[in-house]
Amino acid sequence: MYDSLLAIVKRTKETNTPFWEVVCDEDCNEQGITREASFRSLSVMYRAMKEADSSYQSSWKSASGMVGTEGEKMRVYRAHHQPLTGSFMSLVSERALKSASSNACMKRIVAAPTAGSCGVLPAVLISLQERDALTDEQMVQALFVAGGIGGVIAHRASLSGAQGGCQAEVGAASAMAAGAAVYLAGGDDMRIVQACAIALKSLLGLACDPVAGLVEVPCVKRNVIGAVNALSAADLALAGIDSVIPADEVIDAMGRIGAKLPEEIRETGIGGLAGTPTGVSIRNRLKGGVTS
Amino acid sequence: MWYTKHMVLTDIIGPVMVGPSSSHTAGAARIGKVAYKLLGEAVVCAEIFLHGSFASTARGHGTDRALVAGLLGMRVDDPRIPDSFAIAKERGLSFSFHTIDLGAEHHPNSVKLCLRGENGKELSVIASSVGGARIHVTELDHLAVSFSGDLPTLVIHHIDQPGKIAEVATLLERKNINVASMRLYRASRGGNAVMVFECDQEISKEDISWLAEQEATVRVIYLSQARK
Repeated sequence: MYDSLLAIVKRTKETNTPFWEVVCDEDCNEQGITREASFRSLSVMYRAMKEADSSYQSSWKSASGMVGTEGEKMRVYRAHHQPLTGSFMSLVSERALKSASSNACMKRIVAAPTAGSCGVLPAVLISLQERDALTDEQMVQALFVAGGIGGVIAHRASLSGAQGGCQAEVGAASAMAAGAAVYLAGGDDMRIVQACAIALKSLLGLACDPVAGLVEVPCVKRNVIGAVNALSAADLALAGIDSVIPADEVIDAMGRIGAKLPEEIRETGIGGLAGTPTGVSIRNRLKGGVTS
Repeated sequence: MWYTKHMVLTDIIGPVMVGPSSSHTAGAARIGKVAYKLLGEAVVCAEIFLHGSFASTARGHGTDRALVAGLLGMRVDDPRIPDSFAIAKERGLSFSFHTIDLGAEHHPNSVKLCLRGENGKELSVIASSVGGARIHVTELDHLAVSFSGDLPTLVIHHIDQPGKIAEVATLLERKNINVASMRLYRASRGGNAVMVFECDQEISKEDISWLAEQEATVRVIYLSQARK
């Protein structure tokens, strides 16, 4: 995978191929597979995202009972009220909640880039497809764009909450979704990269502080901010607004911040929200991790 | 550093998995499945020892159910993972969970599995979930090893003596099987040793039997990637 977004953009210019195809070609080289096989592998992922979205059930509950019903509450609210964020953005929120809570309830999802941040990309992509009547082929191309961005983040920084905090999971997912959204809206390569930079910048420093160490609180709701932030960042980029700090440097900053985050807020379930009186009492209530 | 595999595109957009955690759920299911395949027959008895983070957060992440699901042969995206305890009961797999301290040299997401199969085969495995849904096997039958479980893997326990590597290498060459990685470990000079070959192609049952019959070979374990 590429080690910088600049290198991807350079390659698109040199070969006169679109961003997604540059990422696809690199995948073919690395894995020794054909374009068709590479495209098929991400088609499978997109189909699984849509299945996860449509199979959500409001009766599901997570292991701890802390999450599960949020997606349904949002659906009911949207059906009976005028959401403050409007019809489209509130639907994006609903979808992010559904996918992320499906994950918490041991249902099948696509870890993109991680299980904890699995709601961000489907919320943005499926909602855009539905609204703008985009083809599955375009959606898979958008997934390549997201994957290319994710690959650069993995290379320069991290995609793991334990290494880099939530900025490396929901932050990265948001940057990936922002780039994918710009691609679907017809933005050029530089707009894709700008959206990625703006989205990631806005979530720098985010702690990974899950209550009782479970992928539930605050993970499920954080997927909403990841998705909404992605679309805002995409709009900014499409409006011609640039990030003063180039995307690759933003990613480097994310990596450095992640390395400096104390261990208590890197997926240990000790600090941050997990360390609040309520967080601690929930952890104590759930103690006895081993079943017999 | 703990071993991590080079990431590919489908590690970033993917895998498709049953939640909630790629390391604590999907990785655990993969460990279970690789251990089952290493045993080479249906598991009837499993003693499962959870170490570190696996021990402290197993229930909340479904690590326990994922491990049992893997031992039953389920994939990381099998929707029956949450129901694996009941399915194990139906299929005659008895299991018990314990906690263990394997020591600081082991990754925090590690587990030791002591397995017995339907035909009486026994195997003990230590493996770690090293991030994403990627895993790393570190010990087989009390001998240190190191492999990812992503490729057809040949493990040969033998007595340390000259010619054992050539024996395997010659066979693989004759069968046109390419070796991706090879490691040799021994407990002491002339004592117990183990060779691990990760290959690009599958090795046939006949060749595995032939290897098992050779002088100074104690046991041959083979991890196939072929789908049943």
